[in-house]
Amino acid sequence: MKPFATLLDRLVLTPSRNAKLRLLVDYFEQVPDPDRGYGLAAITRDLDIVSVKPAMLRNLVHERMDEVLFKLSYDYVGDLAETIALVWDNDVTVTSTKDADSSPRDHNGAPLLLSEVVERLQRMGKSEALKQVSSWLDQLDASGRYALLKLITGGMRIGVTARLAKQALALFGQRHIDVDIVEIEELWHGLEIPYTDLFAWLEGDAQKPVQRAAAPFRPVMLANPLADGDMRKLDPSDYAAEWKWDGIRVQATCEAGTRRLYSRTGDDIGRSFPDLLEHMNFEGALDGELLVGRPGDKGIDIGSFSDLQQRLNRKTVSKKLLASHPVIVRVYDLLAEGETNLREADFCQRREALERFVPSLEPTRFDLSPLVDFESWDELASARENVPHPIIEGVMIKQWNSSYVPGRPKGPWFKWKKDPMLIDAVLMYAQRGHGKRSSFYSDYTFGVWTGEGSLVPVGKAYFGFTDDELKQIDKFVRDNTVERFGPVRSVRASKDFGLVLEIAFEGIQRSSRHKSGVAMRFPRISKLRWDKPPAEADTIETVEALLDPA
Amino acid sequence: MRFDKLLRPTPRGLYCPPGDFHIDPVMPVARALITHGHADHARAGHGEIWATRQTLDIMAIRYGADHCHVAHVADLRETFKVNGVTVGFWPAGHVLGSAQILVEYSGCRIVASGDYKRRRDPSCEPFEPVACDVFITEATFALPVFRHPDTQGEIDKLLTSVRHFPERAHLVGVYALGKAQRVIRHLREAGYAEPIYIHGSLARLCDYYESQGYPLGPLLPATLDKGKKGDFAGAIVLGPPSALNDKWARRFPDPISCFASGWMQVRQRAKQRSVELPLILSDHCDWDELIDTISELSPKEIWVTHGRDDALVRWCELNGLKARPLHLVGYEEDAE
Repeated sequence: MKPFATLLDRLVLTPSRNAKLRLLVDYFEQVPDPDRGYGLAAITRDLDIVSVKPAMLRNLVHERMDEVLFKLSYDYVGDLAETIALVWDNDVTVTSTKDADSSPRDHNGAPLLLSEVVERLQRMGKSEALKQVSSWLDQLDASGRYALLKLITGGMRIGVTARLAKQALALFGQRHIDVDIVEIEELWHGLEIPYTDLFAWLEGDAQKPVQRAAAPFRPVMLANPLADGDMRKLDPSDYAAEWKWDGIRVQATCEAGTRRLYSRTGDDIGRSFPDLLEHMNFEGALDGELLVGRPGDKGIDIGSFSDLQQRLNRKTVSKKLLASHPVIVRVYDLLAEGETNLREADFCQRREALERFVPSLEPTRFDLSPLVDFESWDELASARENVPHPIIEGVMIKQWNSSYVPGRPKGPWFKWKKDPMLIDAVLMYAQRGHGKRSSFYSDYTFGVWTGEGSLVPVGKAYFGFTDDELKQIDKFVRDNTVERFGPVRSVRASKDFGLVLEIAFEGIQRSSRHKSGVAMRFPRISKLRWDKPPAEADTIETVEALLDPA
Repeated sequence: MRFDKLLRPTPRGLYCPPGDFHIDPVMPVARALITHGHADHARAGHGEIWATRQTLDIMAIRYGADHCHVAHVADLRETFKVNGVTVGFWPAGHVLGSAQILVEYSGCRIVASGDYKRRRDPSCEPFEPVACDVFITEATFALPVFRHPDTQGEIDKLLTSVRHFPERAHLVGVYALGKAQRVIRHLREAGYAEPIYIHGSLARLCDYYESQGYPLGPLLPATLDKGKKGDFAGAIVLGPPSALNDKWARRFPDPISCFASGWMQVRQRAKQRSVELPLILSDHCDWDELIDTISELSPKEIWVTHGRDDALVRWCELNGLKARPLHLVGYEEDAE
């Protein structure tokens, strides 16, 4: 239990991604099976302990301490597991925490292992499990209690995604064998906790585990951005083009009664989309874009990305939301048809198969992403400038004779996004960054002029500049601070003095949550306009003129 | 005599009508009794003040010698009269010079403890319990979540990290009065003999502690402008918390941000401050020390000043003790 508790303690306070990876790799290296596997499952949220529920823990505490004092504590801390870990009154052992003998032991007298905790809780009924938890809480120190409670309540708040954990597994494996994260993602949903076969393979002691899952995830193929000059080298007749839709990339897979909807990183997100799962009655694997799509007079009417956001990351979905924001998959590719794997086939063959396949699907939930006809790159460029729908963010260019390769291979696929929209805005507030940037003012709120001649904030951006530019802006902020609110500084900004920022963004929508009434998508700083007088920055009218058609 | 005839909360701080003086007033007054030198308790601009020798010295260092008209030294454990009211100062164990103030009149004894703690601190005299009818306690960490761990363990945490990362500098956020010198003294006790680098704002108070018989070992300024980043590799550097995430910190090689404070008990709180190595080390009582002190003194009434007074008052009620919050304003609840 101790190594896992220490890992959680370290991860929560480690901001850097690389340092997190190092901590995880060390954990896999130092902790033996099956403990490391249970730790991994807890972090990827694949571990589910059903015998104890958060409400039961609350009752357990109320038996031991005053409800008002607990509530005051919980209000202050804001996290159930941490509150209980801290308030748990184990006077008997707290005085001797430095004594190694006070750490909890199993009935054989050995230190308590994570695997012992998980396996016992999984075997036990509710009341027995709760009694067991209570007795462990009595024996563990605050950090151990926190780890135990987090196992039960989930929601680690340690800033580690399942994807990062898999990245760490790949790094760990690379110390012993040749392995890529893609292979781990592909295997993942067929593996069983505590992943002993996976670790044996990664340590070079066993063969790669056999894919066992029905409807497994197939790691996705990604495109590279089209760079200047790429096109001159490419023959347009070797390539197909299709629209790049602004939703989220998904994989819909059905096999022998198992239906799964995966995100592009292999997370199973099906639970949020029962309306789609219901209509996944095919055999095969589709690659496509998840979008909000409402039945309209002329086919499906696609909703905006913010419509789609309403549906993301929900554990339960209300009937009302299912009706108002139905989702569809606009299909790009066919990876498997029945039991036949098509990934080795050329795009051209896969596309033919896809065009035969899609008509058999529920038409209100699945439709085919149309190809864009073009003879020359100029023609495609003009199509890209005049997209037929606001939810298109550019074009995808796919080589006709390319197979479906996981990862981001150079050459077969390109994405060619629409040019971003640009405005000139004035820096209004700056906030300290995090981690390496904690001594710099690196998060910027910028505004444009209203009719009355004052600035109204229209967005926030925290990247797009070089390290040198960051230093320059930081100095500007410090030299021209008007007011401070905690970590935020308000910066001098008037018609004749201030810093103009050229902001690039992908779209702009009405928003009732923002004072300006608009919200930008993906704003970033594209240029520092030291040369431009603030009075010449844009106005809210010019910004509103850029609004996406409703 | 009713207790609140002897001492009562006012917007300027605790006021004693028969003695016509305030305790730790937050605004300038004619007569002030000062518990300790932290800026929210000891302010400049009063007429006459009474405080321990060390608190007066600290105020003079911070505000200049003319911060009040007349300064009276209050010797520890001796009573004297102010306008006919008996007063006395007893050690509070908070920082160097800190004292609880006893106010006695017509048979009523009230102890205003200022800020205090019960665990060992090698940089000041320990708290001494004083029998009283009313005990006025702070409530900075008055929630059952605050259970400060063993001090030595926290110091070990820092020293272990220094050994693990010899290429990085450890920046420890500490308040200039008390916490800085206490951390240094604990480090020396643990056998750390290397020079410790200090931010310029800590220097004068560190010198003062030395002069009072609290040796701190070799200290060097962390403000060498010509120094290269590598100069601080493996070093322990102490600075005020505000400097930790500021330009000052950029001179150090890949610094690990540490913060020595009772607030560090709560993970998300440490995370919000971008602290990588929290050191749970406080100049205040934790929950157990607060309730143990109240139980030990067992006064007729408990008055609760700044902090999480609602929880402490609730605990007193549950344990059949008479308690009330004073709702004093002007004292920092989060600074520590």
